[in-house]
Amino acid sequence: MSEITPFLKKLLTLPGLSAYEDPVREAIATEWRPLVDELSVSRVGSLHGVRRGRGTWEGKRPGILIATHMDAIGLMVTGVVDGLLRVTEVGGVDPRVLPYQPVTIHGRRDLPGVIVQPPESLLPSNTRGKPVRLQHLLVDTGLLPEEVHELVRVGDLISFATQPVELAGETLAGHTLDNRASVAALTICLQELKRTAHPWDVWAVATVQEEETYAGGYTSPVDIHPDLAIAVDVTFAKGPGVSDYRGFPLGKGFTVGYGANVHTAMFTALKDLADEMDLPNHVEVMPNQSGTDAYPMQVVEEGIPTAIIGIPLRYMHTPVETVSLKDINRVGRLLAEFISRLDDHFMEKICWDGK
Amino acid sequence: MKTLIEKLTQAFGPSGYEKEVRQVALDAIKDHVDEWRIDALGNLIARKGTKARDGARIMLSAHIDEIGIIATHIDEKGFVRFTNIGGVRPDNCIAGRVRFLNGARGVIGVERLEPRDKVPSLENLFVDVGATSRADCPVKVGEVAGFERPFLELGTRLVSKAMDDRIAAAILVETLKNLTSSPHELYFVFSTQEEVGLRGATTAAYGIDPEIGISVDVTATGDTPKSSKMEVGLGKGAAIKVRDGGMLSDPRLVQAMIDAAERVSLPYQLEVLEGGTTDARAMQISRSGMPAGCVSIPCRYLHSPSEMVDYQDVQGAVSLLVELLSQPIRLG
Amino acid sequence: MDNESLLNLAPMIGAEQIALLERLSNACGISGDEGEVRTIILEQVKPTVDEVRVDALGNVLAVRKARKETRLRLMVAAHMDEIGLILVEEEEGGLYRFEKIGGIDNRTLVGKMVLVGKDHLPGVIGARPIHLQEEGDDERAIPIDSLKIDLGPGGKAKVGDRVAFATRFQNLGVSLMGKALDNRLGVAALIELLKHPLEYADLCAAFTVQEELGGARGARVAAHAFNPNAAFALDCTPANDLPSWDGSENVTYNTRLDAGAAVYVADRGTLSDPRLVQHVLDTASAAGIFCQVRQPGGGSTDAASIHRVRAGIPSLSISTPGRYLHTPVSIVRLADWQSTLALVYLSLQRLTPDVLGQPR
Repeated sequence: MSEITPFLKKLLTLPGLSAYEDPVREAIATEWRPLVDELSVSRVGSLHGVRRGRGTWEGKRPGILIATHMDAIGLMVTGVVDGLLRVTEVGGVDPRVLPYQPVTIHGRRDLPGVIVQPPESLLPSNTRGKPVRLQHLLVDTGLLPEEVHELVRVGDLISFATQPVELAGETLAGHTLDNRASVAALTICLQELKRTAHPWDVWAVATVQEEETYAGGYTSPVDIHPDLAIAVDVTFAKGPGVSDYRGFPLGKGFTVGYGANVHTAMFTALKDLADEMDLPNHVEVMPNQSGTDAYPMQVVEEGIPTAIIGIPLRYMHTPVETVSLKDINRVGRLLAEFISRLDDHFMEKICWDGK
Repeated sequence: MKTLIEKLTQAFGPSGYEKEVRQVALDAIKDHVDEWRIDALGNLIARKGTKARDGARIMLSAHIDEIGIIATHIDEKGFVRFTNIGGVRPDNCIAGRVRFLNGARGVIGVERLEPRDKVPSLENLFVDVGATSRADCPVKVGEVAGFERPFLELGTRLVSKAMDDRIAAAILVETLKNLTSSPHELYFVFSTQEEVGLRGATTAAYGIDPEIGISVDVTATGDTPKSSKMEVGLGKGAAIKVRDGGMLSDPRLVQAMIDAAERVSLPYQLEVLEGGTTDARAMQISRSGMPAGCVSIPCRYLHSPSEMVDYQDVQGAVSLLVELLSQPIRLG
Repeated sequence: MDNESLLNLAPMIGAEQIALLERLSNACGISGDEGEVRTIILEQVKPTVDEVRVDALGNVLAVRKARKETRLRLMVAAHMDEIGLILVEEEEGGLYRFEKIGGIDNRTLVGKMVLVGKDHLPGVIGARPIHLQEEGDDERAIPIDSLKIDLGPGGKAKVGDRVAFATRFQNLGVSLMGKALDNRLGVAALIELLKHPLEYADLCAAFTVQEELGGARGARVAAHAFNPNAAFALDCTPANDLPSWDGSENVTYNTRLDAGAAVYVADRGTLSDPRLVQHVLDTASAAGIFCQVRQPGGGSTDAASIHRVRAGIPSLSISTPGRYLHTPVSIVRLADWQSTLALVYLSLQRLTPDVLGQPR
């Protein structure tokens, strides 16, 4: 197993739903502190770590921002009835994967619980045999109703409690690998950069609320003013339920995004470098919006040349997301090499229609 | 305060055409603020106070626009076809009355539908302005109308068209009048074009560049027969928003609001709204972002011409805001 | 004897019994492959019983003789198998097709972690990401043949390997949560009963196999072998005591949590012997044990086959109510389990040939 595995597993056991990322942010800050020159937290809670470049520049030293969102999907309490909890989603959750998932309810104290599907006789008669809608699912804590009313209130968060597990072929399964897998990849990049001189400033950013509003992606570039930005996020792996062009083989390399959210020159630079380094990779065509932090970052202020690196992952937005540790390591190495090669001529390559 | 609420709710102001209601708001506040301006999108922005050492620059936003309709076609017989401005529900339109910006009035009719119990769409509706031909129709394509429905008091409940969100405008007015001392530089924004996508608040937030953003808006309830399942109800106090369909409130600001309510023993409810959003969403991601949240007024029959709130909740919202803004806001 | 002193005779659930339940709940014993559970049962009962053997189907049959004099032979059956899955076909890259064993709602399978085969290899059952769903997908349950067990690339198992849910047991204080509480609760209770010999009756304990497959075939051969004067099936039954979606009164709860042991009058497989029903309810009231009559209706237990063995055996089922049985995780109340154990023990202890001598 990879050296990053213990850190990644730790990230997977920490809560950090959109807008409530504090627990996971603190763990990332602890890991990044020795790897960066300065750490700060934005007004909406994104973590900014900067490694200052070593080059000498006339004027402002150029900088690159690497964004990995750290927020998790989950549930929120909307009501308490007979000691059972009604819920809504935070981020996009498929209600069909929810029945009988173990969860943690972040009430006045953390409570274990399970999402349950009421017996058919207690559901609308026209939904027999169909997937049960989120509004009809309940969460049971096993506590007596009086205790539940004391400990849980509307607005409390609920995290998935499935423990991560290592599967065959150097893969890891668990919840929230979207997108903590990318946080791990960025951490590997920072570790590599510790051993490398790089002329540019490097901003490692763990963004908030990607699953809801892209709040981190919209706001961090305003503070940082980077010259380039890369979003690292998970993408679909081929496997059960995914067979068409949108899926990529698990463990056979990362993807380089190609589409309107990506500056063509950034795509070419990353793709060429991956090939030169013999890192297996695939072109991921993104016909419309990319669904990553590159989408907001591209249009911040006067606009930023952006790129997207994807880590294939099976069963996205379920508690058994599965990802390859080899792919995570490959992304970390690619990012570090890309950054170390950024020099005072690089921005000349970032142009449209050749030159 | 009820007189002000009646004036504000009865004023005309579909999104983009908020001039009349803005004037009502301006008359109510101009003697109580340090300065005011109207920006390019029509937002009324009023400042009160300056920033003390432990204070912050805070934007409070209540939108003054309302949903309405806009004429798309006048037929040969003088009937006006229309489309929506904001979230207009066809079933709330039938037999309703509207007033156009140019003063013309009309009632909304519906085509005969097959089957009879079919829910109509806007294409099935028309406004009858009393005309007999296209030539004598007082309305032209592109003219805007708002719904008409008189203000009504039912015990502690208040009912009117445009309670969404004029009730919040009234709350901002009362708050700024009642606020005697505050460490904060407060910007009271009577925002425009919320119903069509938070457009006024987006530019106002950019212009003000606040450190904290708070919207005041109405929210749905779950306390009517066979309503959606929602814990919020009328008369149980102002609601503190935890999330809605478009944003998650900053948890630090939620806690600050809860603390403020508990300091002065105000009843409050926590709100989780599935669907819908407010100006707070726009503020949260403005520039480099800001902690944003919302004080909500529970309101029944949203986006109908008879929106109902409870006066005690309204007064509670004023007290909550006054307490919250009188003290430094510690965000931990 | 007053209430309290009668109740004091009954065995109690304590930390030791809960620890044993945890082992039993975490063990994998899918119907037809109960070996892991059987091993724990044999280890537990061997030191206390007078006779024990494993029969042709894999049932564990144990006898604890009467302390004073044998006037009756009383059988208690608790099934040890659980619902689960079985691998039926290998696909490429560590993916396997599977079928269900026992009554499982397909809608409970997606997104679960599982343990495969004797070595408990970890695997997952994934689903198409919500982002790629087609219009109307959320209206359809995912068909089982599109679900796969994923062991990871290169993962190896054998077709025929049984698959259990990976749920780990948790003690929640007033409640216990875990997989296979149906019927490891009964198994753990029966192990405890064997530690407390009856005064005037031999206790014939049958830890049965294959109950979840229907037909209660394990219990049938066990009852034939023991040929008892009366039999109790010790099992779990659903507590469907949740609120209904529209707030209307729930009239189909089957049983309720916190209402104590569930006594059967009738289910789909058995009309309980009325003499035993009266005896058990009298015992509960004499000892001050709270209990409930399960709503007559569907479902069945080992009693369904036991009462029809040989010339017929007076039979009754007593179950612990549990929420979410036949799913990857169920929740029961400790107090209900205690009520079940006490009620079964005192009913056995107080049962005399006179009770069974009355006309049915």
